[in-house]
Amino acid sequence: MQNHPVYTDNDPQNENSTLNLGPTHPATHGVFQNVLQLDGERIVSGVSTIGYIHRAFEKIAEHRPFYQITPLTDRLNYCSSPINNMGWHMTVEKLLGITTPKRVDYLRVIVMELARISDHIICNGVLGVDTGAFTGFLYMMEHREAIYEIYEEVCGSRLTTNIGRIGGFERNFNAIAFNKLRKFLKDFPPVLKEFESLFNRNRIFVDRTRGVAAVTAEDALNFSWSGPLLRAAGVDYDVRAMEPYSSYEDFDFEVPVGDNGDVYSRFLVRNEEMKQSLRIIEQALVKLEKEPTDIFHADVPEFYLPPKEEVYNNMEALIYHFKIVMGEIPTPNTEVYHSVEGANGELGFYLVNDGGRSPYRLHFRRPSFINYQMYAPMSKGMLLSDAIINMSSLNVIAGELDA
Amino acid sequence: MGKITNEELLKSINTKFEGQVTVVGEPYGLLTLETSTDKIIDILSYLKTDPSLQFIYLTDITAVHYPEQEKSIGVIYHIHSLVNNVRIRIKVFIDGNNCHIPTATTLWEGANWMERETYDYFGVLFDGHPDLRRILNVDDMTAFPMRKEFPLEDPNRVDKKDYFFGR
Repeated sequence: MQNHPVYTDNDPQNENSTLNLGPTHPATHGVFQNVLQLDGERIVSGVSTIGYIHRAFEKIAEHRPFYQITPLTDRLNYCSSPINNMGWHMTVEKLLGITTPKRVDYLRVIVMELARISDHIICNGVLGVDTGAFTGFLYMMEHREAIYEIYEEVCGSRLTTNIGRIGGFERNFNAIAFNKLRKFLKDFPPVLKEFESLFNRNRIFVDRTRGVAAVTAEDALNFSWSGPLLRAAGVDYDVRAMEPYSSYEDFDFEVPVGDNGDVYSRFLVRNEEMKQSLRIIEQALVKLEKEPTDIFHADVPEFYLPPKEEVYNNMEALIYHFKIVMGEIPTPNTEVYHSVEGANGELGFYLVNDGGRSPYRLHFRRPSFINYQMYAPMSKGMLLSDAIINMSSLNVIAGELDA
Repeated sequence: MGKITNEELLKSINTKFEGQVTVVGEPYGLLTLETSTDKIIDILSYLKTDPSLQFIYLTDITAVHYPEQEKSIGVIYHIHSLVNNVRIRIKVFIDGNNCHIPTATTLWEGANWMERETYDYFGVLFDGHPDLRRILNVDDMTAFPMRKEFPLEDPNRVDKKDYFFGR
């Protein structure tokens, strides 16, 4: 059996033309291949081929101690790596029964919401580009840079962040980080407003996106969609609200819901989510004022990597450092499923642990993988140019799709 | 947290499927059941359609390989009732040399790629699946790479042997 169904249109019975959209097509923003049968500009049928950047993360994870799995999660959805990193750390904390201090939870919430904003900036900006408007994208991109600079202050890296530790952060937020965060909170809302006024009632944009790729709530649930796509179809499922993790229950925010699941509602839902994320960050900053400023990790020396100075000068720290790096700390023999609301939907970690130095089995429930499977069936009867916009608004990230 | 407790859920399943499910445990509050290949679709279908339960959302399908067990492949279903906000995990253990299990695509379209991934990784054959081919790995691969006997790295490498690390 062949994964690649059709490459040519040599079949004389086939009156349709075959189009190989991808794997490296400039309009698809990633390594996606779809072999489409076209009747004129209409898509008759399509077959998706995925796996071009499959890196066997689940197999690698079976051979790595917990801390070495964090960089793997970076490379799932690389537009919002901190959510993946913290989702993984929270899974391990759940396994080990570690409770984190409130300040850690709030700092995590800030970073995760920044990651969500940066992911939505990309998705909505690119949706504008694909419908012919470069301006909005450039306005917004500047502020993704501001978010990356905040990551840089907190963890030292920008894209694949490897942020945090089991139990908290590797270092405290410094004053520069808070200043940059406050500056972002001041600068970004007017830009978002301007971005919305460029698009929301723009005749060209609305004509291109309204009613395109509309999905009913039943179909969305049937295909296990999650995240902004499911909410755009009218189902208010958000892991942050349903099963709050990292103290999301302390925050007052709304879960925006769309009406008919088309590209336009997904755009609106993502814009509204950015505003809600800003609201959450503002609240977190207020809550942080009441917390002691020197706490940035839970007191779990057997799982939290000690600072380097202590490793060199303190016997206990050296022992813990060695044991953590070598994965020699006993862990419970059980299984755990933990999910977080990633930028694309429910990002789940199913961890089966046998007490060894690495997971017995680790499965990532990757929202892009599950969201993307509807792409080929829903493209039937669609115009080719609409299918391109549809792919942008699904916001499928190749790293998360192929794992 | 959920609107129905695990006890009520278990009672409801037990009245319908007396003696056909066994409770594995409740790790971290998630009720985990085990059943057989004959009953799995009936149970999933009951959980999905029963008006008081409404497990309409299929979160995930995956598998785990336990080479030392007689039935070596465990297929794991995670399903979620959005109405009651409660999750359940169901396991089915099947023979690793002859792994057949009925497909869940009859209940959820979304099971399609999840089952293809599980087939690709473990070689689990989902009977009745409309399009059971490899999805992430290349077509001409013969092994099922997530099985424990499949090595991650070149097995002839000697620089990572345990005795270098005192194990």
